Amino acid sequence: MSILVKGGRVIDPAKKIDALLDILIEDKKISKVAKNIKAQADSVIDAAGKIVAPGIIDMHVHLRQPGREDKETVATATAAAAKGGVTTVLAMPNTNPAMDCAESIELLKGIIRKDAKVNVLICGAITKARLGKELCEIPALKKSGVYAISDDGCSVDSDELMLEAFKKASQAGILTICHSEDKKLSGKGVINLGFNSTRLGLRGISNASEYKRIERDIELAEKAGAAVHIAHVSCRESVEIISKAKKKGIKVTCETTPHYFSLTEDALLGYDTNMKMNPPLRSKEDLAAIKQGLKDGTIDAIASDHAPHTENEKDIEFERAEFGVVGLETELAVGVTELVHLKVLDWGKLFEKFSLNPARILGIDKGTLSEGKAADIVVISSEEEWEVRKSELISKSKNCAFLGRILKGVVDYTICNGKIVYKK
Amino acid sequence: MFWTKKDLLGLEYLTQEEIELILDTADSFKEVSTREIKKVPALRGKTAVNLFYEPSTRTRVSFEVAAKRLSADVINIATETSSVRKGETLIDTGKNIQALKADIIIMRHNCSGAANMLARALDISVVNAGDGWHEHPTQALLDIFTLKEKLGKIKGLNVTIVGDIAHSRVARSNIWGLTKLGANVTVCAPEMLLPVGIEKTGVRASSSIDEALKNADAVNVLRMQFERDEGAAFPEQLDYFKRFGITGERLAKAKKDIVVMHPGPINRGIEMSSEVADGANSVILEQVTNGIAVRMAVLFLVAQAREAKT
Repeated sequence: MSILVKGGRVIDPAKKIDALLDILIEDKKISKVAKNIKAQADSVIDAAGKIVAPGIIDMHVHLRQPGREDKETVATATAAAAKGGVTTVLAMPNTNPAMDCAESIELLKGIIRKDAKVNVLICGAITKARLGKELCEIPALKKSGVYAISDDGCSVDSDELMLEAFKKASQAGILTICHSEDKKLSGKGVINLGFNSTRLGLRGISNASEYKRIERDIELAEKAGAAVHIAHVSCRESVEIISKAKKKGIKVTCETTPHYFSLTEDALLGYDTNMKMNPPLRSKEDLAAIKQGLKDGTIDAIASDHAPHTENEKDIEFERAEFGVVGLETELAVGVTELVHLKVLDWGKLFEKFSLNPARILGIDKGTLSEGKAADIVVISSEEEWEVRKSELISKSKNCAFLGRILKGVVDYTICNGKIVYKK
Repeated sequence: MFWTKKDLLGLEYLTQEEIELILDTADSFKEVSTREIKKVPALRGKTAVNLFYEPSTRTRVSFEVAAKRLSADVINIATETSSVRKGETLIDTGKNIQALKADIIIMRHNCSGAANMLARALDISVVNAGDGWHEHPTQALLDIFTLKEKLGKIKGLNVTIVGDIAHSRVARSNIWGLTKLGANVTVCAPEMLLPVGIEKTGVRASSSIDEALKNADAVNVLRMQFERDEGAAFPEQLDYFKRFGITGERLAKAKKDIVVMHPGPINRGIEMSSEVADGANSVILEQVTNGIAVRMAVLFLVAQAREAKT
């Protein structure tokens, strides 16, 4: 099976390529990237006028399987990923059972082999059942093939235990991802602490609940000599702290999500539960700092934090609704609309955040369109507009923060391991 | 000027003109309660449903009396005995009430924003009778109505609201209503009970009651609730009375004819002394009477808006 992608504007941040080129895909891999490739291929994609880029590697996805198949499954999430130009996802461990032992990981791997339409990597838990009490067998997790560990949704409160986790992870050569939140500070908060929480009469979540825990996590990682990746950075102090740590040479990376660079707490004024996530949508100043962090390189990656919830869990009183939004189908378009078209990032930088940097952080040989690499490619009509409609989302859950928004950037093709997994 | 909104969710969402329209309408309805036959046929054939998720006697009864004086049929749903206990969602409950062809739902709910959500989901009118810490618009309207009746105007008045501002829907609705009508509002509470950014509503914040009462034309004293889960951060009851309680001694230093209001029920000896509650400056029972007129006005206006639409 061979595919020739002809005449597209090829973006490869790894090689700093932004040029009109053809790409030949043979035997699941990129065999040639050049001008006017004259090869016979089984299928030809006319990419004239389109962007051709490495498929998105989304480091933060909740597949909900096993355990909450009513919200999402590996099959539905990876179909949504393919539609959104995402060719690799890192599956968060807060499933039921949690990904805290080899048996659970084998169970999920079996489902992935059967149902996944794109690459699925597994993130193991840090502590058993993600309770923050007892460490998982980190070497055993590594042996079962997890690419990182995280107690996502929770932070390990004990300094001693977290330090131990960093040490074990470092010895095992595995990345630790931190959901940095001090729940003693965020408490029962449901939206950003500020004038809007006052107006709406809702409990607030301070920036400090995030950045103070990031400060601690970085400090412990440094002590242990371990690499740490900070998940879903949402506020200005966090960006500052990470920037300083990077300048000191600490091995810290981080991600933000499309909603933190495109929406603010003002989206909450109508009590829309599709705007309820954790960390919460922040202020204008925070949004500006996130954009600046993306621009200056403090923020390495963009991930969706795809968090599907059923209507029963969202279409209820604001305080009682679940935190989280789906994002696999919209992340690329939000990035194109808010970052490329508004000139925050150029195409190369955008795919550095979406594809190249996540690959480097996870230590996988992807995120580039170089010859010999796996053919994970997205073809995009970058100027084409579309409206985000509930009825058109293919994720099992529809809790999307961008419903009704007009976005720029339509995925025409997603190719994963040399196979067309999505075609518009 | 005529009314166009099917719901009353909060005073933040109303214009000055809309608030004035409610007050003027209430003014004309007030006389009904003084008649020998206290009834007008304005809402005859309409059904109003009191849907109360929080225990409340005074607000529920006030709405019930108001609806009945307009000749509406009133149904009370106490959530302890309804299918709400069986886990029915708020929107399902609302849709069922709508399917019964009721015209207005009057809802009290412990979650902020619950009325906004219900109003969005339904075609019939929703009147917010208090949602979480968010708003209690009819309480503020009756406070403002009473104040206007007493002092002849709202514009330029100095009004102090004292108590647990952070957790008070009465405070929020009063702040929006009073500032829109041009009053100078001071909120007074212990530091920990002043919510973040409250000054952005256009009020002045103070933690000294004597200072806050100094030039006040009126003081609205909020009910203190010490049973909340954030209890640990709260001052002791006696300590609160010492620092913020409205006493005769404190009033003696304020303007002579300062109007003293309270949404009720009063905790005597905590927010205010009995001497003040029953004293010459107190308009607390007049507020209760005015509550009927204001709620008649609100029910009448939202029902009419719906009719104009259909």
